[in-house]
Amino acid sequence: MIPVLERTMVAPNIHNLRLQAPDVARSAKPGQFVILQAEEDGERIPLTISDWDAEKGDITVVFMQVGATTGKLALLKAGDSIPTAAGPLGNPMELGNFGTVICVGGCYGIASIYPIARALKEMNNRVICVVEARSSFLFYWQEKLRKTSDEMIFITRDGSLGRRGHINNLGSIIPSIKGGVDRVIINGCNYVMMRGCEETRPLGIKTIVSLNTLMIDGTGMCGVCRVTVNGSNKFACVDGPHFDGHEVNWDELSSRRQAYLREETVTLRTSAPEKER
Amino acid sequence: MENSTSPAPKKMNLQRVEMSKQKPEVRRQNFDEVAFGYTPEEAMAEASRCLDCKKPGCVGNCPVEVNIPDFIRCIKAGDFAEGIRIIRQKNCLPAVTGRVCPQEEQCEGGCVFAKRGGQIAIGRLERFLADWEASQGINTGSIKKPRPTGRKVAVIGGGPAGLTVAGDLIQLGHQVTVYEALHKVGGVLVYGIPEFRLPKRIVRREVDYLTSLGVEMVTSYVVGKTRTVDSLLEEYDAIFVGSGAGLPWFMEIPGNNLNGVYSANEYLTRMNLMKGYTFPSVQTPIKQHHRVAVIGGGNVAMDCARTALRLGAEAHIVYRRSRQELPARLEEVENAEEEGVIFDFLTLPLACLGNENSWVTGLSCQKMELGEPDASGRRSPVAIPGSEFVMPVDAIIYAIGNSPNPLIPSTTPGLAIGRKGNIEAEEATGKTSKARVWAGGDVVTGAATVILAMGAGRKAARAIHRYLQTLEEE
Ligand SMILES: Cc1cc2nc3c(=O)[nH]c(=O)nc-3n(C[C@H](O)[C@H](O)[C@H](O)COP(=O)(O)OP(=O)(O)OC[C@H]3O[C@@H](n4cnc5c(N)ncnc54)[C@H](O)[C@@H]3O)c2cc1C
Ligand code: SF4
Ligand code: FES
Repeated sequence: MIPVLERTMVAPNIHNLRLQAPDVARSAKPGQFVILQAEEDGERIPLTISDWDAEKGDITVVFMQVGATTGKLALLKAGDSIPTAAGPLGNPMELGNFGTVICVGGCYGIASIYPIARALKEMNNRVICVVEARSSFLFYWQEKLRKTSDEMIFITRDGSLGRRGHINNLGSIIPSIKGGVDRVIINGCNYVMMRGCEETRPLGIKTIVSLNTLMIDGTGMCGVCRVTVNGSNKFACVDGPHFDGHEVNWDELSSRRQAYLREETVTLRTSAPEKER
Repeated sequence: MENSTSPAPKKMNLQRVEMSKQKPEVRRQNFDEVAFGYTPEEAMAEASRCLDCKKPGCVGNCPVEVNIPDFIRCIKAGDFAEGIRIIRQKNCLPAVTGRVCPQEEQCEGGCVFAKRGGQIAIGRLERFLADWEASQGINTGSIKKPRPTGRKVAVIGGGPAGLTVAGDLIQLGHQVTVYEALHKVGGVLVYGIPEFRLPKRIVRREVDYLTSLGVEMVTSYVVGKTRTVDSLLEEYDAIFVGSGAGLPWFMEIPGNNLNGVYSANEYLTRMNLMKGYTFPSVQTPIKQHHRVAVIGGGNVAMDCARTALRLGAEAHIVYRRSRQELPARLEEVENAEEEGVIFDFLTLPLACLGNENSWVTGLSCQKMELGEPDASGRRSPVAIPGSEFVMPVDAIIYAIGNSPNPLIPSTTPGLAIGRKGNIEAEEATGKTSKARVWAGGDVVTGAATVILAMGAGRKAARAIHRYLQTLEEE
């Protein structure tokens, strides 16, 4: 059993869950995830490890309450426990001194981009964080992100903070950055990642995305997470979850993503711009 | 073995005692176990057919050499406690193997009756004793508590191979921890083989027994990720890797990533491990499919088809060769036929077809015929030109095999890996190329059988024990 240390709502419908999982915390690297179960025999869902403390032995995941399992997770309180938190799974994000890196986060991705931004900053990259949401009250973790970035840019659908619009703002943000951009990393729902990639493709900037496919085991056993990348079949859990976004077959990904979870359309609806609903 | 052409001696009673089963039309509606097992009277009647051969053909055909005539003699005499004790000397999961071993190829295939079609039902008798033991609430495998040796062993993977190693080594006084990636221990026995063939309570009972002996079970622990083999070696004296063959294969045909195309692992895991068949009482979502094509002809394919059928679908087995070549256990083929699984033999899939929403709508296939026997005498299937057709289905399940998961090989320097991604290990001992690491089961052989995995576990346990006594590698 995995003890729950803390569960708080950081923005409407977005929750922060801190768990005691010492072995996971000791091995975690930016970009890896855990598979959680809210209860015995329940669904297994992947969530990115958004923060951790190897010494104290805890990990933090941030999730959006959309379906049955996240609904149960959202009711947890300190002192409760959950049956499963297996990880850290997946490959770590590729890190290095790239120069200027834009880290983009939307919904839960605002949290999951944080450890990546932090590591890139430690490796002396110029880190620019771009966060997007429907409205300013949906932002969270801004202090943490500010500390790990050289600049922060906000995009809101309603214009309540920063730029007005959605992720396609990236197309105008990038050219405005002096000295150019060497790499873009996008975390968030598949829609945000796909649209973001459309913006960076014509600019020829390498763009890494962290795919969220359906998963069961997270170890390469079931194949439910398969995606087509650059024409070849990959298992997101073991070959990814990070891929070059310009090589991902997005249509296939989004249709596979929606195969089971009616609730996924909720995620899409909350992040797709008005006219595209 | 006796000469098959000689007439049956009088004392040979060729009539196997049938094991009662749920009626096909009933069982295709539920997930309860198909066969009920022998009553004591039936078991004794079946046992009394055994000739107690001086040179038995069965024992040598059992991968773990269960002393078969001895336990059958005990059943005949009504001494079930002694019977199960004899089995347990060699086989620590009799309730499992009695249900899932391919007996017709193993013990029963070696029986003197086999060529006349009346082989002793050794598997059923084994199952009978194991179930009898469970009904008595005892475990005759228990021995007195051994003196602790102070040595520590980590077992990676909680399938039949790993559990056998754990059971053997704990009884020799070593401290054993099993690390399992999934949230339940049992390997294929819990995530693959369905409830109607192997009730999960049987596996749980065996796992609980090991826990009661002192084996520590750590679940949701992915070795290679949560911690590497090298890191475990700092804490443990020896490591056994029994991580199975869990990487699913797909055919290289178009349309594999349509919705409604599954690997057998995914399909069965959703149903078994995640108890999908009780949806919506559990959260594992399952789709209501109407017509399902299962590609393959082994046990895994039968399990998928029979599961789909129980969920209300018309289930097809699409197999490239003919019935004779089906690699599945004969009993499961017969069960599937009785339940109404439709077999499309000599049929080769060409493509998965889908609609504009990327959902499967059909499987495009080609008919095959058996060609001339090749050098090995095997007639391989060849395509009949112009015989292409589309089978309308709304789900396709690949049950064409698995290879070992690369997770441990790729994170463990110094571990020699074979061409098929398998860990290389010595046949007799399970010793790998890496110091203090042994391996066995499907991860070494590729997908095989429960009993072979257990056999490999037993050999490795013996070798590990020898090592632990001196801490000097042979
Ligand atoms: C659907 C199906 C039906 C079958 N039917 C039969 C049958 O009727 N008769 C028969 O004899 N055989 C049958 N088999 C084959 C048989 O189940 C296997 O040969 C046997 O289970 C192999 O045992 P194992 O211990 O080597 O591996 P497994 O049973 O595969 O167990 C390996 C375990 O290791 C775990 N693991 C993997 N990687 C890691 C890691 N990195 N860290 C920690 N844990 C890890 C896995 O989660 C798994 O629990 C069937 C197989 C399937 C899939
Ligand atoms: S373990 Fe399998 S092969 Fe051996 S006697 Fe039992 S059923 Fe037969
Ligand atoms: S989640 Fe099962 S293979 Fe990736």
